[in-house]
Parts: sequence; structure tokens; C-alpha cells
Amino acid sequence: MVYSLPEEVLEHVFSFITSDKDRNVVSVVCKSWYEIERWCRRKVFIGNCYAVSPAIMIRRFPEVRSVELKGKPHFADFNLVPEGWGGYACSWIDEMSRSYPWLEEIRLKRMVITDESLELISTSFKNFRVLVLSSCEGFSTDGLSAIAANCRNLRELDLQESEVMDLSGHWLSHFPDTFTSLESLNMSCLGSEVSFSALERLVAMSPNLKTLRLNRAVPLGKLSTLLQQAPQLVELGTGAYSSGIRSDVYSALSKAFLGCKELKGLSGFWDVDPSYLPAFFSVCSRLTTLNLSYATIRSPDITKVINLCPNLQRLLVLDHIEDSGLNALALSCKNLQELRVFPSDMYVADANVTLTEQGLVSVTQGCPKLQSVLYFCHQMSNSALITIAKNRPNLTCFRLCIIEPRTPDYLTHEPLDIGFGAIVKHCKNLSRLSLSGLLTDRVFEYIGTHAKKLDMLSIAFAGDSDLGLHHVLSGCESLKKLEIRDCPFGDTALLANVAKLATMRSLWMSSCAVSIGACKILSRKMPMLNVEVIDENGTLNPKLDNCLVEKLYVYRTVAGPRSDMPGYIWTMDRDSANKI
Amino acid sequence: MKKKDYKVTAFLLFFFSLFNFFKTNIFTSTPNSPFPTCTLLYNHFCILLPIMDTTFTLAAADYGDEDELELGLGLSLTSGAYAPSSNGPISSQVVGWPPVKTYRMNSLVNQAKFSKNEGEKGAGEDITSKKKKNINHENKNDETVTKETGHSGFVKVNMDGLPIGRKVDLNAHDCYETLAQALEIMFLKASTNASFIRTEKQQRSRLLDGSSEFVLTYEDKEGDWMLVGDVPWRMFLGTVKRLRIMKTSDANGLAPRFQEKNQKPKNKRIELKK
Repeated sequence: MVYSLPEEVLEHVFSFITSDKDRNVVSVVCKSWYEIERWCRRKVFIGNCYAVSPAIMIRRFPEVRSVELKGKPHFADFNLVPEGWGGYACSWIDEMSRSYPWLEEIRLKRMVITDESLELISTSFKNFRVLVLSSCEGFSTDGLSAIAANCRNLRELDLQESEVMDLSGHWLSHFPDTFTSLESLNMSCLGSEVSFSALERLVAMSPNLKTLRLNRAVPLGKLSTLLQQAPQLVELGTGAYSSGIRSDVYSALSKAFLGCKELKGLSGFWDVDPSYLPAFFSVCSRLTTLNLSYATIRSPDITKVINLCPNLQRLLVLDHIEDSGLNALALSCKNLQELRVFPSDMYVADANVTLTEQGLVSVTQGCPKLQSVLYFCHQMSNSALITIAKNRPNLTCFRLCIIEPRTPDYLTHEPLDIGFGAIVKHCKNLSRLSLSGLLTDRVFEYIGTHAKKLDMLSIAFAGDSDLGLHHVLSGCESLKKLEIRDCPFGDTALLANVAKLATMRSLWMSSCAVSIGACKILSRKMPMLNVEVIDENGTLNPKLDNCLVEKLYVYRTVAGPRSDMPGYIWTMDRDSANKI
Repeated sequence: MKKKDYKVTAFLLFFFSLFNFFKTNIFTSTPNSPFPTCTLLYNHFCILLPIMDTTFTLAAADYGDEDELELGLGLSLTSGAYAPSSNGPISSQVVGWPPVKTYRMNSLVNQAKFSKNEGEKGAGEDITSKKKKNINHENKNDETVTKETGHSGFVKVNMDGLPIGRKVDLNAHDCYETLAQALEIMFLKASTNASFIRTEKQQRSRLLDGSSEFVLTYEDKEGDWMLVGDVPWRMFLGTVKRLRIMKTSDANGLAPRFQEKNQKPKNKRIELKK
């Protein structure tokens, strides 16, 4: 009988269940399973650090080894969230240092962490192995020195795109001479030079090093030295990829790359000098990931590289690749799963760059495994979108950014409703979608009707009325994250769908038509939501119910209103609006 | 509720709330200033609510000057629905659009400077645009820029009387004028029709010529507060740590006042400090 299985057996069975969703399901089967599961949960993922408190997490899961937290809303990446908003890791680190002595991994995204916290991490967790700070800020190289000096078992240090105060390049020297456990180091975001001798020593002492992402300041001439020390590398991020005209640098580099038989991923490539590109051609046939999104190289150089990489699964490029390069991609890379094309000029279409919707159509035609697309361009048509949808019904992530807001179909001058409609209709497993171009309420009707697996939706400069928002909130059953800016969505749709918001992680609305009065009503009806109004200009009068709010962030929580809000955030509490 | 009824109700509700909004604020309006084209005016609503040519000042505005507009509407910096700005695409006037991470934008800007340095043609020049004109430099001292401001060209800007600071990307500017104009847009004209701003382009930014109630100052590497505009742009970039929009009355005699504080001989026109 199932309920007389001893705990140890159940624990053993549960240890094979690693996905969070599955674990959550297991924990609600019955009380004893809940108890057993919570004692053997080793990994916790918290998508919104304010949805729960450290105390609650620790009380429920006492034996955790790995914690992942996310802080600020996604739109913080684009400067829409003001300074001092929150996302402080401090209280989490403090409490975990007291309650999780065996913690091994901390992963933070869009959070603020201080040097003090980093030092606390380095001294509190004897078996600490993995620190990932993705798009974080608030710390300096001093904090990194503490990590380097004290974490004797460190395996991974990843500072992906964080804002680090560069006080000294010598933090690398703080790794002890006996330190050998490093497997992954990503310091690509650091602005100034690091001590090269310390870096060289570190690489030489780390036989298990698989991932090394250098920062721009590491000169190309030194790269070959590092590669010779670490031919076992699987992922490499170069520094600046130019060095004047130096044939000795070129030949050393070429020879070093020849020795890297395991290399599968390349990135970096700042300041590229095309004459150095052939140096890495010897590894191209094995490459599965290539990030050239900082490389301003053009055809024919870029096409040449692509033709040499038939096993490419993931490609990040600038729009310099143009339609011709994308056509080459479609012909050569049949294993392509993810494509990201970034703009080289943020605002005006560059007459020298011919990247149009055709490039994307070719790739969707030629690459049968393509699942994830991020594409910046200046023009799009409904027919192209329909073709894309029919070519690639297996798309799971489709993010299209037509740079000029409200751009219509360039052929028919119609809105792009039916194009995006086709996308949601054909791509039944679509979980992430970003819209752009001229769009009416119609597109939201299509989305509400068809996008049943949609998890995250980003909307900007779209729609005509509340009906648009209503379609999304009432139709998208799996929706967890919704972020909206500059759309005429307001009170009616929001208040008609209050229950939906409790099933979502968060809702962001900025420059829309939501009033304070509606926020108060929402807060009153749904006590499990935090309704936060951001009033940067200080002009909000919370007594005036029809006053429109600048920015609204709503999220479900079991931790109540947060206590670390800056002065410009109003929290809705019953009938009145409160400021902390 | 039938779909049609819903749409009518939504429309009526929206129109009503907009009407209430106008009602509350009409008593403060005075003639002869542009009304910012409301981003709420879309499609069919555009026909019903004409663009008004009246000034709009809220009682709460603390800035004194009647030309400065302040709206608690939560409107972004966009101009209205389909009004194409004759002075550039909307995308260059809106905060956070296109949605490219600031980390990436800074990287590209820094690279553009590098390629200009190396005298490379092609890609380097293509990146140049109105917003991101490269800074002319003869040597490689732009490293100090990245060092001072960390990895990015972003520095904090605070304004007297406003609780929130903002960040501005110095790399996106190549002279004091454009920087001051951008700051004016950010802080003094929270929501204005883009073409309205551009017609005033000819005049020198009031933040720089001393005619406004506010003046632009910066804190340099040594912690001293200086008036912006006195040193060559490139030197300014190498030394600025953060900016502050100060009330002119507080900034009077800025240099002498800080001279007393720091006991260092200094005057308004400074030379580059080594």
C-alpha cells in the first residue's frame, strides 16, 4: 500500500523529481508527502523575491542547497524602473547565513547586492560552490575579492551583465594558490583591466575550467596564452578581438584555437578586426553556440563564418548579418534552435544595412528545429508573419521588435493583427510573445482565443481600448507575466479580471490609463496582491480617484506589503493609499 | 454582456473618465500654450477629442515657470497617435524603447568610439546617429570614461525638490547642449509634444545660460561641485561622477562657496586637474 511506504523510500523516489512544478504537485498530494517533500527539497526557485519572505522559505524548506531569486520587474532592463525600487538581497542573505549552513548555490537576477552581503556569503557557507549574479548591481570588486579569498570550493562565478563598481583589477589575486575547483568564470561585464598574471595563474591552476568569459580589456595577444593553458575549455568569451596588424599574434592565436578540441561555444568579439577572424575557423565545425552580437562585422566575413558552422544551435548577431547572411544561415545550419538579431542602430534605419522581414522568413523556412526568435527590424508585413507561422509551428518564443512604434504592414498599411494572429494560432506551444507594430484590439482577441500556453506577454504602443486587455486576461489561461507600456488599457478591464491576477506572478502597466481609484478597488478586492503605484514625478494625488497612475506593478504575495519601498511608491491599502 | 454592449460601455467609461479629468483641471488652464497630445487619443477617439491649444498647469507644480508643463497622467514621452514627428522618429524620444538592455547599448556606443579611433570605415560610422554621435578624441583616454562610470556611461542625476533620481547616458551625447536638453525633457517637461521641444532647439538650453530657475551642476572626481559647461566636453566626461539640477539661488557664487569649504584656490573657469 502506498501510504505505508517508509519515508526513506519516498524520499528516494522524490529525489528523481527535480522540476519545481513537479515538486509542487507532489507536495499537495497529502500531508505526509508534503512533510517528506519539504524536508528533501534541495532547490528553490523564487520568481519574485517579494512574493514570499526568507522566513517563510526557511520554515518550509529547512534543507535547501540552492536558491534562485529574481528581483526587479523585467522592464527594469530598459530603464523604466526608477532607482531605489528595491530587490535587495540583503535580508535573504542574512537569514540564509543563519539557517542554511550547507547552502551551495545562490543565483540572483535583477537584484541589488552589497559587498557586505558578498562577504557574508563567503564566510557563512563552507561548501559554497556557485554564485550567479545576472543583471545585478550594488557591489564592487571588493566583494568579489572576498568571494575569491574565502570560498574554497567555488566552482562557478558568473557576473553576467551586472553593474560592478570597478575598484581594482586585483581581486583575482585573492584566489589562493591552492585553489583548483573553478569550472566557470564569467567576468565579461567588468570595465577595467584585471591583473593578467593573476588571471593566467588562476587558469593554469584550474584543470576543471570549462567556461571562461573574459572582459573587453583582456588583449587579444594574451588570449593565446590562456588558451594554451586551458585547451579543455568548452565555452570561451574573448576580450577585444583586434590587435593592430600583428602576424605573430595571429599565428599564436590560430595555433591555440587548433588545440581546443572541446570548444563548443564562442562569445565576446568586441572591437572586431575581421582579419583575425580566420584564427578561430578551426573550431567552427564543432560550435553549437556563437554570440557575435557585439561584433560589427559584415558580409562577406559573417557569411563565411556561418557557412563554417553547420552544427550551430544558437546564434546571436547584429543586424549587420542582413538578409543575405540569414539566407546563408538557413542553408547551412539545419540544427538551429535559437536566433537573436539585435539592432546596430537604435533609432534610424541604416541605409547600409538591408535586414528586412525576408531574412527571418528564410530562417524559419530553412531551419526545422527553430524554436526561439528575437528579431529587431524596421519593417514587417502580415504575409511574412503568416508565412513564418506556417513554416514554424514549433516556435515557443517569438519576440519581434519593429523599431518604430505603431508601424503598420509596409505593403498594405494595415495593422499587423492578422499576422500575429497567425503566429498564436499556428504555434500552439508558444510560451513567450512580444508584440510590436501597429496593432488594434483585434490582435488581443486572437491572442486570448488561441494562445493557451502563453506564459509571458510583452505589449507596447498597441490596442484601442480596454477590450484588448480584457481579451488577454480572460483568455490566456497559462499567463504568468504580463508587461504593458503605452497602451490605452485602463480600469474596466483590470477590474473585470481581478481573480486572474492572483494566478499570475506579476503585472506591469506603465503609461496606460489606470486610475488610482481602480487601484484601491483592486487592492480591496484582492488582499493577496501587492498593488504598488510608482509616482516618480511626485504629482500623484491619491485622494483624487480619477487621477491616472504613471506606473503600476501588481504581484501576488504571501508576505504582505513590503517594508523596503522607496518614497515614490504608493501602496494601496483598503480605502486609502499609503506611502511608507 | 454582449460584445457590442461591452465595447460601448468601455468607450463610454473611458470618455467619461477623460471628461472628468478635463473638468477637474480646466480651471487652471490659460490660453496660448500647446497641450501635449495625449497618448490616450487613439484611433476613433482621436476624431472626437481635438488637440487643444491651451496651456496646462497643475496646481501642484512647484516649478514656478508657467511654460513648464507637468501632468500627473502617467503619460510617457511620446507624442500622439499617428502624428509623425518631423524631427525624428518617435523611437528616439521615448524612454526605454527600443527594448535593448542598457548593457548592450553602452557596449555598442563604446565600440563605435573605438572604431572611430582606429580610423575604420564601415560599421563604425554606421552606428553613428543623431543620438549617439561619437565623441572626438585624439588619444585613448576614453578608458577613463568607462572607469569613472563603471562599465557604463550612465551617471545619476538628482534635481532639487524631486525625491527620485534618474540616470542619464553621457555616451549618448557629444556636447553640453544635447545633454542639457535631454535633462530638461526628463525633469522639467515631464510630458510634452516632441515637436514642441524641437522648435525651441535654436535657443540655448536654459539650464546652461542661467536664465532658468535651475542650473546644472556636477560633482567631479575630487568631490567638488562645479557648474556644468565650463570645461571642454571631453574633460567633463573624464571627471564627472554625478549631476545635480540645483536651484539657481543655491548655486549663486557656487565656486566661491565651495572654495571656502575646500580651501582650495579655484575659480569658475577651471583647468583640467591632474
